[in-house]
Amino acid sequence: MLLPEEAGGYDFGHRAAGLVAEEMGRNLTASPFLSTAVLSAIALRQAGGEHLSEWGPKIAAGEAVMALAIDEGAKHNPSRIKATAEPDGNGFILNARKRAVFDGYNADRLIVAAKSGDETCLFLVDPSAAEVDVERNAMLDSRNAANIQITNLHLDGKDLLCPLDKGTEVLEATLRSGRAISASEQLGVAREVAERTTAYLNERKQFGVPIGMFQALQHRMADLYCQIEETASLISAALRSIDTTSDSAEELTRAAKAKVAKVSRLATEEAVQMHGGIGMTDEVDVGLFMKRDRVLTEMLGDSAHHIDFLLKRRGL
Amino acid sequence: MTSLDEFRMETRAWLEENCPQDMRKAVTTEEDICWGGRNWTFKSEAQKQWLERMAERGWTVPSWPKEYGGGGLSGDEVKILKEEMKRIDAMSPLESFGIWMLGPALLKYGSHEQKLEHLPKIARGEIRWCQGYSEPGSGSDLASVQTKGVDMGDHFLVSGQKIWTSYADKADWIFALVRTEPDAKKHKGISFLLFDMTSEGVSTKPIRLISGSSPFCETFFDEVKVPMENVVDERGNGWTIAKYLLTHEREMVSNLDAIFGGSAGLYETAVESIGLDETGRLDDPLLRADIGDFLVDEMALTAHLAAAKDFHRAGNQLGARSAELKYLGTELNKRRQSLVVQAGGLEALSGPEENSGIGNQSASWLRSKGNSIEGGTSEIMLSIISKAVLRLPSLG
Repeated sequence: MLLPEEAGGYDFGHRAAGLVAEEMGRNLTASPFLSTAVLSAIALRQAGGEHLSEWGPKIAAGEAVMALAIDEGAKHNPSRIKATAEPDGNGFILNARKRAVFDGYNADRLIVAAKSGDETCLFLVDPSAAEVDVERNAMLDSRNAANIQITNLHLDGKDLLCPLDKGTEVLEATLRSGRAISASEQLGVAREVAERTTAYLNERKQFGVPIGMFQALQHRMADLYCQIEETASLISAALRSIDTTSDSAEELTRAAKAKVAKVSRLATEEAVQMHGGIGMTDEVDVGLFMKRDRVLTEMLGDSAHHIDFLLKRRGL
Repeated sequence: MTSLDEFRMETRAWLEENCPQDMRKAVTTEEDICWGGRNWTFKSEAQKQWLERMAERGWTVPSWPKEYGGGGLSGDEVKILKEEMKRIDAMSPLESFGIWMLGPALLKYGSHEQKLEHLPKIARGEIRWCQGYSEPGSGSDLASVQTKGVDMGDHFLVSGQKIWTSYADKADWIFALVRTEPDAKKHKGISFLLFDMTSEGVSTKPIRLISGSSPFCETFFDEVKVPMENVVDERGNGWTIAKYLLTHEREMVSNLDAIFGGSAGLYETAVESIGLDETGRLDDPLLRADIGDFLVDEMALTAHLAAAKDFHRAGNQLGARSAELKYLGTELNKRRQSLVVQAGGLEALSGPEENSGIGNQSASWLRSKGNSIEGGTSEIMLSIISKAVLRLPSLG
């Protein structure tokens, strides 16, 4: 959806991709959409050149899975990448220890972020190489997020996704798109659990009446609804700002990611509480949404990570 | 060039030529806001000139039809006018309850004669209106109003008491909810009446708030004579009009901070009074975290308001969405004001209570507490949403 037509894509833009992601959030679709069709596709698109011509059509046709290997610790923090790419003749020697590489276990290619001196660079790495150790790691939401160890892997200059001096820019654009689209998925999670909870309040009877009759619950649901709706507006604005390459895209996207994490957490917590005992069991799907929500919050930076960025921008 | 582009160029040129320099700055004092009316004293010649020039073009109420003193502009043109005014920091030439509330009600429900009589005077800032809704015994349960209008053939005799009447002591006319059909059901017995505040039997008494200001009054009616033709729409249909108007009031209240200037200096105040640590971050991590939460919510509400305006401009009714905006906007403003005084510390608390103008941080903080009460409490907003949007079962 996000690839240009010459690379086999439809170039639908982020608003359209956001709608798809929101539906995926609603039905908890397990798909490499975010890792491959968003993060990797945007990285390839931003980099352009031969890699885009080679891998773009494969992604568009659903023939290749690709994953972005960026995180190295428990928390997302791209400004502290420790992976190194030491210059070696015409190429590089790559050493990296990456964590939580979403869809990394069965990926055809990895996009690995590393430091070469002060420059951040991105490499296209074949995970079947002997120097690459991919450890399967099922997360709380039952999706795979591999731990990857790369030891003294020799790479050619042509394995660079883009020139060294463009690495930071390409990575930032990639993360921006990934954050906006993952925020859309999380919005889908919040909307779905909130709607299911509202339906349950109409259905479940105690003291002879539907529990939705009680104002203590009504006001909490109405407050949640208001917060979800303003979050939806913020996410729309963020998606639009990326499509129109607005100057405010970086801030809006980070605000959207931070806001949806808070609201979706409230939605899933309220859902469990208002479903009562049954909400603590797998009889209803509320728990599945809560698990996916928690993983999405950590993916590409939690609220604190992005709020810190926004505050610094305002000189605080 | 499209016709909208042309409109923008013409508007820009006209504003450049006609907006006095003194009117091109942010509102900093109460007197900067022009409310108009018989008793209005212009702060400056520029304020008077600006109102007259804008009123002449109908641009004090740009979206109203020309025959009623408006500008006859389309939604897109109004947006352009506002953008161009903002571009040169032009102040609003006129603010009033006539523009925000009575005007929209008359445009929808008024007779042709009522529109011709009242709307141009609102547009020109000649008559200042106030709203007589709440009563001592009718707050959130507004439809229980007891002020009565006795049918005397060609007129009503209105008696009773209103409360929280904004600027009643400065207003020329009032639009009020009056029970004229004592035998009808609660919601069906109310009429929407218009009358002159100088009529015999009308008196007002300002109420002093905890913030030191007195924007509201108690208003008393003792057998006030109101001509029968001053009923808007049908007798007994006042509640329908009131509900329609309340949606306007809610949009307006949630938008108030736009008039009084954005984040109210929160970020500047925090840096000034607390300072930064060696990493360049505010040297109070807990307050910084609270400000960060606020900042994200402020960005969300800004996006949400913009979306609602687009939705409205496209010709849609906001309906229950206005309750959503009112709730979110007023709760956010309370948080904003609370953070401002927290950031300002003792500095924000110094100075006498009487110093309660715009820009006084402690007065703004105290005043903001009323935002989630006036125009329908937050709790009423949440009840409206749970009934009208979530369709949860209700008792009544």
